[in-house]
Amino acid sequence: MRTVAVTAPSTLYHRLWAAHVVAETGAGEALLYIDRMLIHEVSSPQAFAGLRDRGLVPYRTAPHLAVADHAVPTHDRGAIADPQARQQIALLAANCAAAGIEYLPLDDARQGIVHVIGPEQGFTLPGTTIVCGDSHSATHGAFGALAFGIGTSAIECVLATQVLPQKKLKTMRVTIDGVLAPGVGAKDIILTLIGRIGAAGAVGHAIEYVGSTVAALSMEARMTLCNMTIEAGARVGLVAPDATTFAYLAGRPRAPKDAAWDRAVMAWQALRSDADAVFDRDIHLDAAAIAPQVSWGTSPDQVIGIDGAVPGDAGARPLEYMDLAADQGIAGLAIDHVFIGSCTNGRIEDLRAAAGIARGRHVAAGVRAMVVPGSGLVKRQAEAEGLDAIFRAAGFEWRDPGCSLCVAMNDDRLLPGQRCASTSNRNFEGRQGVGARTHLMSPMMAAAAAVTGRITDVRALLA
Amino acid sequence: MMPFDVLTSLAIPLPEDNIDTDIILPARFLLHTEKTGLGRFAFAERRARPGFVIDDPRHAGAAILVAGANFGCGSSREQAAWALLDLGIRCVIAPGFGEIFAGNAISNGLLPLALPVPAWRHVLAEADAGWPLTVSLVTQSVALVDGETIGFDFDAGAREMMINGWDDISMIRARHAEAIAAFERQQRQDAPWLWDRAMHHG
Repeated sequence: MRTVAVTAPSTLYHRLWAAHVVAETGAGEALLYIDRMLIHEVSSPQAFAGLRDRGLVPYRTAPHLAVADHAVPTHDRGAIADPQARQQIALLAANCAAAGIEYLPLDDARQGIVHVIGPEQGFTLPGTTIVCGDSHSATHGAFGALAFGIGTSAIECVLATQVLPQKKLKTMRVTIDGVLAPGVGAKDIILTLIGRIGAAGAVGHAIEYVGSTVAALSMEARMTLCNMTIEAGARVGLVAPDATTFAYLAGRPRAPKDAAWDRAVMAWQALRSDADAVFDRDIHLDAAAIAPQVSWGTSPDQVIGIDGAVPGDAGARPLEYMDLAADQGIAGLAIDHVFIGSCTNGRIEDLRAAAGIARGRHVAAGVRAMVVPGSGLVKRQAEAEGLDAIFRAAGFEWRDPGCSLCVAMNDDRLLPGQRCASTSNRNFEGRQGVGARTHLMSPMMAAAAAVTGRITDVRALLA
Repeated sequence: MMPFDVLTSLAIPLPEDNIDTDIILPARFLLHTEKTGLGRFAFAERRARPGFVIDDPRHAGAAILVAGANFGCGSSREQAAWALLDLGIRCVIAPGFGEIFAGNAISNGLLPLALPVPAWRHVLAEADAGWPLTVSLVTQSVALVDGETIGFDFDAGAREMMINGWDDISMIRARHAEAIAAFERQQRQDAPWLWDRAMHHG
């Protein structure tokens, strides 16, 4: 971090911005230095091709880490059946080999979803700028990193120059205070926020999450919170780093060590908004008032508490697509499929929470349920804790890591009309397969849906 | 990139809010590793039902799409912008855009034009009526057949890039190479742990 003389009270976002300005290019516009980029198979091929067409090689190679996640099968992956997926993954490996960029292959235990492995490896560090050709890159903001999703042209720009032209965002402070009830977690907080402000509610803003609830959240829960910031329209979601952050990172493979660690922590402790910093918008949430959330429609802001009903003024199109009626209660709705995984909820704490509900119970007749760990290391840890045995005994499928049914680019796809209780982040039309119906919820709620065959208030199963 | 200065065209009305990038280009088509030829997959699910507005012969050849709020929300896939361009769309007019989509569009010479809702409604009515619009990024205005001209704001930097068809990468390399190097020298001193080779290869 460059030392920047800041006299006026500053927000964390503005500190991160100021520390990465390479050149001011206009009013509120600058070239920002990019410290880290995560690369996956879907958004990068055209960027590598573009670089080659320019006769360029990457400006730097060390700041990048590549892994395949979107198109990878989550079973039988010795031979990838889909020739397009096989070719796309092979192309990523070849592009990285040619460019000298580190690539974690499918048979490496560290392979997994970009937003799971970055933190896991200590590649994600406070105070850095991190980009990825994936909209859920705000996940890394949980560490106090300025992280945001970019398109393929921007990937090419980072490969070629290590900077990106950016416009300074407005700031939004989301203060969450109070104690969450049993059965309620970070997924319910973020769904509540999205429902409150809308899918475009934070467009143009960088969100910082603060308050006693956030301070008490684990790093994995903070990642869930920041991950879905884009579903409220904001590319950037931040939590200031604290002792929880440092404890998570200490000893991670790519985190600094020894004297460098001490020096880094000193710098990271300054990464916070001043108490008197002014934000463009302020939102407050009362954690104690949050119930388990379930989406009913085809946009993530179409979400209600488990005790709630589809709004009376719901639009015709989402109702028709979801086969629901206005004023219909959401609890008790029969489901066909359950998906537990994704960059939102594919970490070990998510699997522990779901296994806690699955333990001693069984997936309801006629329901297909799958658990897809977020990375090979999450899978290994879950197996060491016996979570896989709990899931298997309960009738869940236990898969290999990848994005899977969150984006349905591999062979994990639902059929038209199938209804899925899903821990993923988007309930868009067709997101889990053509005509498939997605209900977003927490891992505990998804597990409760699996064992009852219906959208169920998980609090009734906690005893 | 393809320059964008002035465009006169019919406009396709699609006044639905939250048209996300999964609707614009469903994820299963992201297995293609090329930028070109994606138009045939655009709006695949919507076009599977007969009568989708994009295929309405009344709008044949239209290069402007008038869409609802938060157009292009969701995924960062640049394929959404490429697919629209491949359909012949050069400008989307909406009350607001998904931010990543808007950036991707600008990078490819596809103008994401945000208008306040009253002005947007006026433009939508003209599109519905089958009248052409003239969008000028040079004068930052939309001229309607009924004689009205609607001004709009656009980021100065992005406007200059689009009008001239400039390319970010060439410009950065030409103008800012020394500033980048200077930044790096400073960061090596201030945050040396970011430059430790051992950290990169865990």
